[in-house]
Amino acid sequence: MRLHSRDAAVFAWGALRGYPARTGLMLLAMAIGVAAVVVLTALGEGARRYVVGEFSALGTNLLIVIPGRSETGGFSPSTLMGETPRDLTIADAEALTRSVNVRRVAPLNVGQSEVSWGGRSREVVIIGATHEYLAIRKWKLGQGQFLPVAKWDRAIPVAVIGGRIRREIFGPHRALGEWLRIGDRRYRVVGILASKGRSIGVDVEDLVIIPVASAQQLFNTPSLFRILVEARSREAIAPAKRFVIETLQRRHQGVKDVTVITQDAVLATFDKILGALTYAVGGIAAISLAVAGILIMNVMLVAVSQRTAEIGLLKALGASRQEITVLILTEAGLLSATGALGGLLLGLLGNGLIRRVLPVLPAQTPLWALLSAIGVAVLTGLLFSILPARRAARLDPVLALSRR
Amino acid sequence: MIDLEHIHRDFQVGDQFVHALDDVTLHIDAGDYVSIMGPSGSGKSTLLNIIGLLDRPTGGTYRLNGRDVTDLSDAEQAHVRNREIGFVFQAFHLVPRLTAFENVELPLILAGMEPAERQERVREALEAMGLTARARHKPDQLSGGQRQRVAIARATVTRPNVILADEPTGNLDHTSGGEVVRTLEALNAQGIALIVVTHDPLVGERARRQLHMLDGRLHRDVSGHAPA
Ligand SMILES: Nc1ncnc2c1ncn2[C@@H]1O[C@H](COP(=O)(O)OP(=O)(O)OP(=O)(O)O)[C@@H](O)[C@H]1O
Ligand SMILES: [Mg+2]
Repeated sequence: MRLHSRDAAVFAWGALRGYPARTGLMLLAMAIGVAAVVVLTALGEGARRYVVGEFSALGTNLLIVIPGRSETGGFSPSTLMGETPRDLTIADAEALTRSVNVRRVAPLNVGQSEVSWGGRSREVVIIGATHEYLAIRKWKLGQGQFLPVAKWDRAIPVAVIGGRIRREIFGPHRALGEWLRIGDRRYRVVGILASKGRSIGVDVEDLVIIPVASAQQLFNTPSLFRILVEARSREAIAPAKRFVIETLQRRHQGVKDVTVITQDAVLATFDKILGALTYAVGGIAAISLAVAGILIMNVMLVAVSQRTAEIGLLKALGASRQEITVLILTEAGLLSATGALGGLLLGLLGNGLIRRVLPVLPAQTPLWALLSAIGVAVLTGLLFSILPARRAARLDPVLALSRR
Repeated sequence: MIDLEHIHRDFQVGDQFVHALDDVTLHIDAGDYVSIMGPSGSGKSTLLNIIGLLDRPTGGTYRLNGRDVTDLSDAEQAHVRNREIGFVFQAFHLVPRLTAFENVELPLILAGMEPAERQERVREALEAMGLTARARHKPDQLSGGQRQRVAIARATVTRPNVILADEPTGNLDHTSGGEVVRTLEALNAQGIALIVVTHDPLVGERARRQLHMLDGRLHRDVSGHAPA
């Protein structure tokens, strides 16, 4: 081929500019396709990062012991529901502290009850826990103190309350030191949680924490909802898990009747699900690129038939079939590359907007999505122009030139 | 220079064959001035297209400068068109979005010439046509005569051996038509062979050699007329 690629590009660019309306429309179609990929994958990736971040804040060294054995031993909704064949007890929880791999243990009970003070009352989630619970959940205290260090089976009548409970029940009054009525018992308010702490599934603002033994009295149950175990380190997770299972098996007459979920496994599951979601969403958005490709094909076909005389002329002036093909493909390549670049800018702009509107969601397109969006755009543009280019190359110059 | 031997060109229309060219044998010397005349449908354009390698004969051989070009590949034919042949069409066929300069530049771009050299050549070609002042004009800003002179500049910018003109004055009034004919004759005077298809006897009779076609055959071949 004698035609220089630089000259081909200049000529193709001129041809594109010669039909601004058509070119503009094509650019738009391509840009929207690419922008869709960029923004949607950014959303997927943002969601993934958000969840991963939340779990990390919770502490990835956490083991959750749930009564009942799940078939897979992994993470599934039914294990979270905690269906109970044999109860976990405070004594079970105490047994779990006796390992070098375990840093903290918190037995937990959860229920709902009416809370009242000075004539005001409301339904609140009550958590029965121990002193260690605060550190395990990495929550902060706003005022006062958390549950005291005490033997876990002592039902001390104290309570730590969330910020909204304080506002709505106590209003302008001082809450610390007051006696709060929960169900038919009274608890002295010793601390108020800082409102900053966030945690998956739990609204720190809207709960009351009392000692686990008190909760057992309140809800009239000898058992636990679950036990949180914090391993000493990442490396300690596996031995700690083994220790927990073996200890509880021994204590439960040799029956393996608990499920231990590691925070890691939950995180990995979410990570996998959301990662797949990002791919899926990206793939769906890529379909719009294919649509743009088909559009390009149609437009290039129209362009070829509109410029029949021009193509015939180029042949008369010495363009071979190959050169005509190259010219048409260059045109399509420029079109889709420009469109893709525009879409990239549009998409990144969209990401910025999302980050501004939803600061918690770190919307950022992964590099693979950026590259493949551009790659797929240019590739479809070229691929779908092969047919029009061949049609142009095969034009009979005599017929092309004689048509007026 | 141009050697056609027993050239046939049949078109199939439905199940019928049209013999657009029927056993045409023709030799044209380098630098000659030939007009092709004849009634509509007699095969003038078909003959010119075959000489210009825009069309392939269905029979016979075509030698250009001693080389058999009948069965050259598409790329080779394109190369020959680019180097050896200049076309001038009745409908001008200028690319409307390009300036006069850019239109003239096209064959050099296809030849793969470097930009600096191209500029020089195009400037010369436009100057020779008296179009220097019109270089930046688009075709729709030019008169018919000027457009055809741009087309002639484009045909000559590659310094071909032969110019093929199919009714170059067909879309022009008498005055600008005469101008275009004189321009082409001036090129012929510089040694470029000129083959003109025309319906206009006044134009055709100016040629040194006049071919008359009838039903796809060379009907009459008149030589010896000096250009008036
Ligand atoms: N592509 C084609 N398909 C079928 N028949 C064709 C084709 N091109 C030309 N012909 C026929 O070939 C014959 C010669 O056509 P050609 O165009 O060479 O005539 P012409 O002498 O140039 O006529 P005009 O003076 O009208 O331009 C005509 O009968 C025409 O109908
Ligand atoms: Mg004709």
